[in-house]
This record gives sequence, C-alpha cells and structure tokens, in this order.
Amino acid sequence: MSESSDAITGASILLDQVTKQYPGQAKPAVGGLTLEIPAGSIVMFVGPSGCGKTTTLKMINRLIEPSSGKIVINGEDVTKMDGDTLRRRIGYVIQAGGLFPHMTVAANIAIVPKMLGWNKEKISARVDELLELVSLDPAIYRDRYPKELSGGQQQRVGVARALAADPPVLLMDEPFGAVDPITRQRLQDELLNIQAEVQKTIVMVTHDFDEAVKLGNWIAVFDEGAQLVQYDSPERILANPANEFVENFIGSGAGLKQLTLTRVNEVDLVDAITALPGELASDVLSRLQGSGQQQAVVLDSRRRPVRRLSRRQLSRLQIIDDTVDDSMPLVSDQSTLNDALDTMLVSSSETAVVTGRRDVFRGLINVQTIMEAISQANSAATADSDAPVGLNSGAIPALAVENAIAADSSGEANGQAEPQSTGESR
Amino acid sequence: MFEFVGERFRQILFASWQHFSLVAQCLILATIIAVVLATLVYKNKSLSSLANGVSAIGLTVPSFAAIGLLIAPFGFGVTPAVIVVTFFAALPIVRNAIVGLAGISPSIVESARGIGMSRFRTLVTIELPMAWPVILSGIRVSAQMVMGVAAVAAYALGPGLGGFIFSGLSRLGGAKAFDSVLVGVIGVVILAFILDLILIGIGRLTTPRGIRV
Repeated sequence: MSESSDAITGASILLDQVTKQYPGQAKPAVGGLTLEIPAGSIVMFVGPSGCGKTTTLKMINRLIEPSSGKIVINGEDVTKMDGDTLRRRIGYVIQAGGLFPHMTVAANIAIVPKMLGWNKEKISARVDELLELVSLDPAIYRDRYPKELSGGQQQRVGVARALAADPPVLLMDEPFGAVDPITRQRLQDELLNIQAEVQKTIVMVTHDFDEAVKLGNWIAVFDEGAQLVQYDSPERILANPANEFVENFIGSGAGLKQLTLTRVNEVDLVDAITALPGELASDVLSRLQGSGQQQAVVLDSRRRPVRRLSRRQLSRLQIIDDTVDDSMPLVSDQSTLNDALDTMLVSSSETAVVTGRRDVFRGLINVQTIMEAISQANSAATADSDAPVGLNSGAIPALAVENAIAADSSGEANGQAEPQSTGESR
Repeated sequence: MFEFVGERFRQILFASWQHFSLVAQCLILATIIAVVLATLVYKNKSLSSLANGVSAIGLTVPSFAAIGLLIAPFGFGVTPAVIVVTFFAALPIVRNAIVGLAGISPSIVESARGIGMSRFRTLVTIELPMAWPVILSGIRVSAQMVMGVAAVAAYALGPGLGGFIFSGLSRLGGAKAFDSVLVGVIGVVILAFILDLILIGIGRLTTPRGIRV
C-alpha cells in the first residue's frame, strides 16, 4: 500500500454555463449549469430520477457531449480535446463496477495503464498495490474472473480500476446502488478511507440522501433540467434547506440525519478489557470484574477483534480459544453514528466494537455516547460560509441567484477562490 | 464397398482433404465477412433486421441453383465453389454475430468508453470477445451446413468429395456407382464430424473462463 500523504492529488473542475439540449426535446436536459468543484473534495449530486444529474456527470468526462458551455479541469479547457485522451485521465465507476466479464481482475485493472503504455512490471506492481488499497488480497483475487466475486468485491475492483492510472478526478455513477445495505455501508467506509489516502476530486451521483450526507464534502441538490436548488455542505443543507423541495428531499427525519454527520472517530470511545487466545479465562475474568465491565473483547494476533465474552461465558471457560463470532456488532471508525446505532439495534446490543485501519481494535461505542453526540450536534452552530459556486443561467430561480450572490460576495470578502463569471446573470 | 475404398484410397483421401480445406477456408473467409457486416449494422435496429431478413431469405436459395447461376459469369472450377460455400457459410454467422453483439449490456460498453477506450478498441477488445461464444456457435452451424453445400459444388467441377457423388449418380445402376455415392456421402459426414470437434476445441481454447457457461 502506498504511503499516506496529506497532499491533494485531485484537480478542480469547473462547469461553465454547460447545457445539454437533445434534439426534439423542448426543455434542455441540463440548462446553463455553472458549477465549481473544489480540488480534493467529494461532491455529491442528488435529485429525483431524470433530473439530469447523471447527464451532468457524464458531461464532465464528455461521455455525453455538452451542446454548449465549457468544461475546465485544473484550469485547462477540455471541451475540445480528444474525448478518449480526456477519459483516460478521469476515473469512472458505474453501478456494479462495470467489469469486463471475459477479463481477470488483474486484466480489468490494467486496462488504462496498458493504454497509457506502461511496462509490464510497473503494471503488475500497480495492480497489486490497488488490490491492497481496496482490501482484496492480490494473491487470491488477481487471477479471478468478475463472476467469481461477490457484488461488493466487484465494486471494489471497479474502484481499483478507476484509480489505476492515478487520475486526479474520479466520477462515480450510483456506484453502491446494487449492493445490500451492510455491504454498502462497508464500501462507503472504505471509500472514505481510500479518499483519506489518495485525496482525489470525487464527483458521485446518488439518489440516497443519507449516502450524500455521509460521503459528501459538498452536496448539490438538483431539480428537473439539472436546475441547481442548493449547493452547500451537508451540515448547512440539513440545518437550512433552501426551500420546500430540498426539505422534502431530505425527508422528515432531518434531526436524526445529524447522526449521519458525525463519525465514530469523532466521539469518545470506551476502553474495553481485551484478551488474547491462550490466556487463562480466570485471569481475564478477574480483570473484567475489577473494571466493572460486562464483556471482554478477544483479539487475534494482529489485534483484530474476533469475539466478545461475557462474565458468565468466561467463568465456564478454562483457556480462551480463537473461535470467531461473525454476529458480533462491528463498526469501522469511519462509520457514521447512524451506521453504529443501526448495527447495535440489529444485534440488540448496547455497545458495538469499533475497528480502525486494517481492522485493528479501537474501543467500544455505546448508546449513551451516541445520544450525547446528537444533542451536541443539534446545538452546534454551522457558521462558516465558503461554499463553492453553483448556479444555472437562463431561467434562474430567484433562490439560486441569491445563493450565488451570497457565495460570490463571501468569496471576495475572504479573498478566496475567484468567483466564476456567469455571463448574462452578472 | 471395401474393395472400392481400397482401390481408390489415395484418391478418396485427397478428395477428402480438398473438401475439408475448401470448407475450412471458406468458413474463415465467411466469418470475417460476417463479423465485419454485423459490426456495421448491429447498432442500427432497421439495418439489423434487414441483415437478418436477407440472411433468412438467403438460406432458402437452393445451393444447387446458386452454383448453377454462378457458372455463367465465373465458369467452371474453384471460383464458383468458393463463392457459393462462403455465401452460405456467412448467413448463420451474420445472424449470430448481430445477436451476440447486440446482447452485450450497454453498461459494459459505457464503462469501456468511460475509461477512455476508443470506439474501435471497445469493439475489438470488449465487444467481439464477449460476443465470440455466440459467433462461434454460428460458425458451428455453418460448418455443418456448408459441408453439404461444398459437395454440390462438384457440379461446377469444384474440388472435394462431391465428385464421387455426382459421378456415381450419373451412372446409377452401373458398376460400383452406388459405392461411389456412398463413399462421397459417408466421407462428408465424417468430415463434418471432425470439423465440429475441431471447432469445439477452438471454442474451449478461445473462450475465457469468465464467460464460459
């Protein structure tokens, strides 16, 4: 696995008055959209189906050619350059990974590096590195075919393939739509871990607002014709929905959505009594009684939790064995409190075991911690205002203009990113 | 019968080889033509159904008549034989190639384009390999069919086992005429069987494990 670094390798993206008009249709699919996507951030496109969010995404890598407008990536106008060359520099992930069934996992990942003319050693080293990055053991999975993988594993390979040539931008079109909720939660956590390492600019389309809140640094809420209704941080969209449309989209449980905003690693974890296989059960029991806790966590040799033992179970045991309990409530420290609460409810347990990088044990999280976090989050003010610019020209809803002006003036006031010219609207 | 085979063993072997070689070469040619044709039309619904229609009608043309018609412009010999065999061989392959290419999920093609493969590269490295098992089953159908068509080609003095059949039929009732027809027919059946085995083997070798059924 590559060394983690804090350097942003992503590129900024600017859509400048981009329009997509299909012949024979009265209304444009995307109407005069201007959108700024800051480098190294995750921007989520949400909106009802058919609102043009996927069309917008596909115009960034020009799978769909814009009818008018400009697309600028890292200051370079890419609207006129060769589409295939452009797409080799942009990672692209679709639902279920879009893997090629007649190629092995390694061959799938190697496609873009091959097209870019890398040599064999470099490619095979890169394939192994990427498989490690997405938590698949290269020795096991390198030579498998997509149909020999589970849905979640296919999705991971899809992400690895998109990252193969280290592109600054990653476009994801409902990538986690086709997997079960538990796998989805895990893939989301992993994506956040990967993003912490690679710092790409990620643009993702989703119809799941919870997913948008969990993953996004910024959320763009679209209405029909890719009309941008609100473009802001998850905190502020939840606290301050721009209008009824956004409110309806968020759904009624906005207060509870705050749970999605806080991650397990942001709250205080409870220490636990740990035990290793081979220890005497009576030793562990006396430590447990000393601490006043109910359960001890058994770790394996790499400090990964394998099961929990209650006092009663310990008193029956002689020596602690290395049985693995798959039903133990387990969350990653990248999970949201929402995920953690969910996991606890499913396993009817008051606490869940928290793991960090490479599944190493971090501590326990309990229901009280989560409740405290909710009340804190509700009272916390979200005052900062450095939202990137986004609006539509033409039939501009008054709201978008207000937002744009607000964003513009604050941008100037802070001496930050250039406010983007929007032509006739200024 | 055995006497007949014994007397003309070398001649039969040679004719069999020629027959086989004619079919194999025409099959390769037909595959190339059919795949090129299919890639030109499969994106377009009306062109695809036109190609399928032509292929269906083409199969109703009696091969004997077709070869007769071709003698006028091309004369006797190998040329009309190759044209007729290739024509008939291409028909089932075109159909299967169109079905195979059109059956590939659009999301696969989109993801190929999305990671920067050109239209041509997508066709050659993604679509054709994925459609290959379907195309190959078309080739197998073709191979069986044109083994018989190639026998008819002997009417235009083309190469192969058809010579035994025609010379036997023309002297039916004469000495060893029936043996001659029988040798031709059985030879064709054996060759068809061998070719099918070879094609199955090719299928095994060229179909990646990931798309084997």
